[in-house]
Amino acid sequence: MKKQDFVVRFAGEGGQGVVTSAEGLAQAMAQSGYYVQTFSTFPSQIRGGPTWTQTRISTSTVLSSGDDLDVLVAFNEEAYNTHKDDVGEDGVIVYNSGDFSVENSEKALGMDFAELAKQTGNNRAANFVVMGALAELVDLPIDILEEFNRAKYTRGRPSDQQIIDSNNMALGLGSVEAKTSGFNLGELADAIKPEGDQILVNGNQAISLGSVAAGLEVFIGYPISPATPILLWMEANLVGEGKFVYQSSSEIESITSLVGAGYAGRKAMTSTAGPGFSLMGEGIGLAWMAEIPCVVVNVQRGGPSTGLPTKTEQSDLLTALYPGHGDLKIPVIAPGTVEECFYAGLMAVNWAERYQGPVVLLSEMALSERNQNIPKPDLSKDLGETRQIYQGNNGYLRYDGFELSPMPIPGQSGSYVANGSEHDAMGDTTHLPSRHIQMTERRFSKLNLLNDGSFEEENSSSNIAVVPWGGSKGPALDAYNQLISEGMDLGWYYTMYIHPMPEEMLNALRKKDLVIVPELNYMGQYASVLRSEGINAVAITQYTGLPFKVRHLVSEIKNLVSNQIKVGV
Amino acid sequence: MTLKNPEYDFKWCPGCGDFGVRRGIEGALVQHVTEKEQPINNTVVVAGIGCSGNMVHMLEKEQPFGIHGIHGRSLPLAFGIKMANPELNVLTVAGDGDFLGIGMEHIGPQAQRNLNITAVVMDNGVYGLTKGQSSPTSELGAITTSTPYGKIEGKLNPLRTYLSFGVSFIASIMSSKVKDLSALVYDAMNHPGFAIVHVQSPCTEYNNTYEALKGNPSKGIAPLAYDIPEGHDPTDILAAQELLNSDGIPLGLIYKDDTRETFDERSHRTIGVKEMKSIDALVDGFSI
Repeated sequence: MKKQDFVVRFAGEGGQGVVTSAEGLAQAMAQSGYYVQTFSTFPSQIRGGPTWTQTRISTSTVLSSGDDLDVLVAFNEEAYNTHKDDVGEDGVIVYNSGDFSVENSEKALGMDFAELAKQTGNNRAANFVVMGALAELVDLPIDILEEFNRAKYTRGRPSDQQIIDSNNMALGLGSVEAKTSGFNLGELADAIKPEGDQILVNGNQAISLGSVAAGLEVFIGYPISPATPILLWMEANLVGEGKFVYQSSSEIESITSLVGAGYAGRKAMTSTAGPGFSLMGEGIGLAWMAEIPCVVVNVQRGGPSTGLPTKTEQSDLLTALYPGHGDLKIPVIAPGTVEECFYAGLMAVNWAERYQGPVVLLSEMALSERNQNIPKPDLSKDLGETRQIYQGNNGYLRYDGFELSPMPIPGQSGSYVANGSEHDAMGDTTHLPSRHIQMTERRFSKLNLLNDGSFEEENSSSNIAVVPWGGSKGPALDAYNQLISEGMDLGWYYTMYIHPMPEEMLNALRKKDLVIVPELNYMGQYASVLRSEGINAVAITQYTGLPFKVRHLVSEIKNLVSNQIKVGV
Repeated sequence: MTLKNPEYDFKWCPGCGDFGVRRGIEGALVQHVTEKEQPINNTVVVAGIGCSGNMVHMLEKEQPFGIHGIHGRSLPLAFGIKMANPELNVLTVAGDGDFLGIGMEHIGPQAQRNLNITAVVMDNGVYGLTKGQSSPTSELGAITTSTPYGKIEGKLNPLRTYLSFGVSFIASIMSSKVKDLSALVYDAMNHPGFAIVHVQSPCTEYNNTYEALKGNPSKGIAPLAYDIPEGHDPTDILAAQELLNSDGIPLGLIYKDDTRETFDERSHRTIGVKEMKSIDALVDGFSI
């Protein structure tokens, strides 16, 4: 039986070509019609340090990065020692024999990366040597990679043909090494080319594209891992008349200037991670209080405090809902896949405009750098929404009533004072109890406008459901599918609209005996949110800085189902 | 926002310097509307927190747009507003605690950008609204509610601070000199770049410095504040430094450099003139 997928981990020192190799492989395979997903982890330094990237290639949509490795490509000895036990029973380790040697291993294939590259006349062809070996290991026709090579390096430069030839030679050399070794992983099934156009993007890029599709005009941000690429993309691409992108002097300046831009009529966004998000708490509260649209993207990483800047975690949910003091509950959208990242970027901007307030988009490190091929979004219609703008006379009572009202824009009519203090209908500060009642209820009533969130539901008749959030969706879905195929009675619910959450989904979950919530944090934050809604939720927690393994979730879900723990609401 | 808002319950104390600043700002705005033929709706007043921040609600006459922001953050709010729409006339109003204490970190960046806004700072050497704590501009040794044994850190010199940060328009005045104040604020609004009008605006409750500033011959008190001599060339930075290194508080235009590009000009010619790709083209860039 042919293999339907294979998992390759490239590991070594930062700067050795680990990430380039993995992404190159992903690109090549995606071009050939396979589904791909990468997972990267970096050290928190500029040069060197242990780094690894995992690429999973499949004949169908990839949900998780793979529990065990079919191939480990070890660029140095430290990588070999660290990762060799993750290689599956039938797996192979391809190692750089020019750097170190391996004794007593039945599955180690040594190649001198640098020496083989040198033979091609191009020292940088080492990646293609490795790719050639990998192709041979899964009986992948080499011409697929030759085609990728040709397309990638046909750039109209004089050196093109030389590079193409040397890379093709490298492919051949790697292929021969693998053939000689006798190792084989089994034949990879032919690609079933996805229907429709596809794009290959990572989570950060997808969020950026989605927000621009909504009509984003202003982006003001500050560098912080793993959100920095969004700032850089915006600096390069959100240009021209009516656009403004800037690297601010701090996260406090980011959020406050965002509120200013939103107040002045622009669709505005920033991106940050935990520590920066903490600094933005007061500013987000101002946007809520003064009813000003803006979007804050928080790409979660290991916390708390400086935490683990380059590792993945889902521990900012509670702070995303309540980033500032007082009675507020900020709308939160948490995409779980790269494809959802596009629509989260789009909907976050639209929601902010619609309800005239701040919205938090919660991504995570694992999604931010994950390269995945996704269907190209349908851009045939204008997908953006714009706030209701006031166009009457001066003397307008901006904050009159218990519901959303049109917003005047500076420079046009209807001058008013937007205020962080409690205020009357004109925006002037007041302490009257009746005003605090009116304004508080008005601010919360606007959340009812955000009731268009969709959700997934499967096996609704089951009394137990698996309900993940964010990036844990993929591994959870893999686990759920496996358990279903083994005959377990289990339901599935999922939404990226954490708050407000679709009422229909909440009602369905309230009826369950048990709701199982896998999440990458210690506190079981999403489970606690569901419990506060009257749902019997129990968390499967993990706080290692790494994603869930599917087999771990399978065994944990089995335990919970057999024990059927009931937790009081 | 208007005289007759019965729900607005804030008042400045009788004799507060901010009354004078109010008349000065109102005068400058009236002049701006008339001479620049700009509707008042084109002006946005951005307020910090404190007695002085309430300026945004206390302005009488025709009402501009306003935003009463969070403590210390009038400058970044103004930055976002101005860059969202560079046609707007943006004026910040804040006290010494808001602007030079918690808000200090924002002065440098706006100066380096030469952001085309005006900041009016009402300096009374105290945190008035919270009832009399020491501020960066309280005297060394001052007894205040938060320094019962005397303030043990030095007094910040705001004007020297602005000059070192590279602010391109620096003026100093007293709240009682309403006509001069009005003229300086008007000039500041017309200045192409970051302009600060720093106003001695005494707090009659907690730090009444009227006598110290104006002097009192009968008591033998020499005035601390003095008019900058006619001959001072505000475009000469060395002259400005010398002025600020001498004793007393000079009143008038200290420094002005209107040769620098403003931030929105530079932003426009570097980035504003570029052509943005359509969303289709941007997405297509990732096609497999």
